[in-house]
Amino acid sequence: MMDAIAGLGRSGLTAIGSLGRSGAFLWRTLAGVPNLRVGTPLLMRQLYSIGVLSLVIVVVSGLFIGMVLALQGYTILSDYGSEQAIGQMVALTLVRELGPVVTALLFAGRAGSALTAEIGLMKATEQLSSMEMMGVDPLRRVVAPRFWAGFISMPLLAVIFSAVGIWGGMLVGVEWLGVFEGAFWSNMQSSVSFTEDVMNGVIKSVVFGFVCTWIAVFQGYDCVPTSAGISSATTKTVVYSSLAVLGLDFVLTAVMFGGF
Amino acid sequence: MAQRTTEIIVGLFMIAGFAALLFLALHVSGLSLKPAGDTYTVYADFNDAGSLAPRGKVSMAGVSIGRIRDVSLNPKTFQARVAIEIDAAYSSIPADSSAVIRTSGLLGDQYIDISVGADMDSLSDGDDFYDTQSAMNLERLITNFASGR
Repeated sequence: MMDAIAGLGRSGLTAIGSLGRSGAFLWRTLAGVPNLRVGTPLLMRQLYSIGVLSLVIVVVSGLFIGMVLALQGYTILSDYGSEQAIGQMVALTLVRELGPVVTALLFAGRAGSALTAEIGLMKATEQLSSMEMMGVDPLRRVVAPRFWAGFISMPLLAVIFSAVGIWGGMLVGVEWLGVFEGAFWSNMQSSVSFTEDVMNGVIKSVVFGFVCTWIAVFQGYDCVPTSAGISSATTKTVVYSSLAVLGLDFVLTAVMFGGF
Repeated sequence: MAQRTTEIIVGLFMIAGFAALLFLALHVSGLSLKPAGDTYTVYADFNDAGSLAPRGKVSMAGVSIGRIRDVSLNPKTFQARVAIEIDAAYSSIPADSSAVIRTSGLLGDQYIDISVGADMDSLSDGDDFYDTQSAMNLERLITNFASGR
């Protein structure tokens, strides 16, 4: 009985401890003036491996999700004779919800896990400690460029996802199912607002980018430096990122569209 | 990979991102790059504004010529006062034209249609519509019919 209570207390302390460490870690990563001459090439390399290499999966998923949305929407809307509303349905769903959320989930799986594994392996092979020995701060040299790259890439990927998805929706709705193209676009334009819908979607993806990258780099930096430790850190990255994205999405949606 | 190639690819990625944002802004949300100055505002008082909402369509002969800016209650007459922004290109609308609320399709959105009058003078900024016709309310129509009025 007492053991169970002690175990609960211990896990609580561990959780709070790692929360505190991650906060301190984030602060130390972001604090200080970045050295642009050294930092820019590092950031470029990370933008390439995090952003550009995630592009394929984001574009392909966006296309298919847009196409499926149009197809599903059409079968329901055609019952009410309002197939023209398909454009606004596809656009609002993608721009407000699916764009940021699905991109963040894909991003966590594609880029977040890679970040964790990479940093974790650096830790396990003591590259991070040798950097410290040489007087190079691994947080500034290794973690910061990865963090910024994820933070910058995520909104761009989400916007590309939405745009490709809407194009896919148009492909199915207009080209295949024969919805009148003018009505498709004009209904969409009259119901989608740039500030309320598009920008709120971008804000969401900025928040998700911040959280996902933070979780990924912290899990890598904080992992147990063994092969088992790296694998469990990678798993944690994907699980925590996904849960954080879905939970935050609800909160953000309630604040943005919930009307209070 | 050479540093320069990486930079070029990342640059292209950035451009693709901003192009997608531009597409969402211009083509999906219908944001216009034209300055907002080239419109003029006229007002119409309706007994029942139905479900008119800001950003709604204002058309003439089926062609969109402006948008609804604001719907508010006129505290003196207790009528709905709708502010309508009309493109400056359509500046010669006869002053005795009337504003009619119509529905697109049976269940679609409501919009304002302007029926052309015959006056030589035209509406200018800040003018009121002389004649308006309120939204057709299906429920009220049925109630009136059922109660024999």
